[in-house]
Amino acid sequence: MSFDAALLKKDFPLLQRIINDKPLVYLDSANTSQKPQQVIDSMSHFMETSYAPINRSAYQLAAESTDAFENARSMCRTFINAPHTNEIIFTKNTTEALNLVAQSWGGANLRAGDVVVLTHMEHHANIVPWHMLVQSHGIQLRWVPLTSDGQLDLTNLDELLKGAKIFSFTAMSNVLGTLTPVKQLCAAAHGAGAIAVVDGCQYVPHNVTDVIAWDADFLTFSSHKMCGPSGIGVLWGREELLNAMPPFMGGGNMIGDVRLDGFTCAELPAKFEAGTPPITEVIGLGAAISYLTAIGMDNIRQHEKETITYALSALNERYGKDITIHGPTDPEVRGTALSFKFKDVHPHDLSQVLDQSNICVRAGHHCAKPLMRLLGANATARASFYLYNSLDDVDALVNALEGAGDLFSL
Amino acid sequence: MPGLEDLYREIILDHYRTPRNRGELAPPAVKAEGHNPLCGDEIQVYIDVADGIVRDVKISGQGCSISQSSASMMSAAVKGKSIDDIRNLVRRFKHMMSIEEEGNDSPIDESQSLGDLEALQGVVKFPVRIKCAVLSWNTLLDALNNA
Ligand SMILES: Cc1ncc(COP(=O)(O)O)c(C=O)c1O
Repeated sequence: MSFDAALLKKDFPLLQRIINDKPLVYLDSANTSQKPQQVIDSMSHFMETSYAPINRSAYQLAAESTDAFENARSMCRTFINAPHTNEIIFTKNTTEALNLVAQSWGGANLRAGDVVVLTHMEHHANIVPWHMLVQSHGIQLRWVPLTSDGQLDLTNLDELLKGAKIFSFTAMSNVLGTLTPVKQLCAAAHGAGAIAVVDGCQYVPHNVTDVIAWDADFLTFSSHKMCGPSGIGVLWGREELLNAMPPFMGGGNMIGDVRLDGFTCAELPAKFEAGTPPITEVIGLGAAISYLTAIGMDNIRQHEKETITYALSALNERYGKDITIHGPTDPEVRGTALSFKFKDVHPHDLSQVLDQSNICVRAGHHCAKPLMRLLGANATARASFYLYNSLDDVDALVNALEGAGDLFSL
Repeated sequence: MPGLEDLYREIILDHYRTPRNRGELAPPAVKAEGHNPLCGDEIQVYIDVADGIVRDVKISGQGCSISQSSASMMSAAVKGKSIDDIRNLVRRFKHMMSIEEEGNDSPIDESQSLGDLEALQGVVKFPVRIKCAVLSWNTLLDALNNA
């Protein structure tokens, strides 16, 4: 099948909007993605026909609802090639999934002085939960530095990992677009006796994911960045690790038994799913996975590689020294998050000018303040592309930047 | 949709390109810091207060054209004024930005012109940018409270 982004865009009702007589150019998918009709329909259809409590009631409708829900879990397993379906834990999002690992695994296994290794390009979601363990448990953090072109500098990795208990890192930077060598990083972690936690929030929506090939221990991702609804995310973890961990939140669904003097936990995955989950959202995530799988994750990655290659050369050719694009120049090691500095124009002002052409980009610190400090910026503008963005959208961005420089030239 | 010319008036761009009162003041001048957690803008406001009068004011930090020009205009507007007058001015400015002080319904004295600051009126049409425009003003209030 030949990949046709313009055709795929037709699946997304919101992207058909015309504002002030101009089409919408949505370049903020690294923030959150738009939803295809198939996902929207699956959620309304489910609510119209099958919505009922899961895991709790004996009637036919509840069984249907539970089946649909568990079917989505099994689709998540296939999507990331996890060994077992009960290793798929539904969370609110990546943030909650990372907090679960930090609080449950970290809380039970880390002592004062223990080392957790992170990288300098992490999202706050993979920094603050560990800082919280610094405060509560007295653990220590070490940071993998970056090279000048925004890749991980692995020169002293073994040294950094020495004695570490956890290595937690992103598979793709939401600011620089960098794809990290996940398999190599997992192997290095294991070599040092640490477990490997992979933040797949940016990676999973855009690439083929295979946790077995990576030999990872945990993986986190969010539905809202992969054409699914917000409010639902996934933690995958190796069964033996999850089984050995204490529960994260207590309440309904996660218990085996409750007595006046205590409780026992349910089996996986219920053990980590306290309370009523976002049922319809799980159905929507399943539909998003079907949608992406039908297109093919390798096709999506191929399209995005072409898009980023085109964007890098179009921006550099047109603006030369006036534009600084952060992150790797080699499309083989980068995804489609493209942060840049344009002349001396502040990203907020840039985004305001682009908004006049209905071009949606993110301006800000992208929840990665340590990385922003490294770049010497308080903020950057970031354009990010997905399967529904054609090269025309890149052209729209390139053309709309033209006016911005003049307005603010110092 | 309001146009860019409503937002980026010439006088705003002038203050952005040539900010007034940039710099720092050494203690005993009071320093306050403000952040816009959403976009990472940072600002420092220094004031030198004697006998209830702000004798000198300096601004440092980084931000977009709206936050920087607002800070620059603010510094020019408050220098040499009494703390009471400045508090009134802050209230008027925030009122212009459609932000009202909670629990204060005394009438606002609008007899005097806001001068250059009126150029920032267009910001209200771009609600996302209101935070940029008031960052320095809130930081100034912090400094006054510590003076
Ligand atoms: C790399 C990375 N990790 C974690 C997160 C947090 O994701 P969520 O807000 O869905 O929890 C994000 C979101 O921007 C991200 O880009």
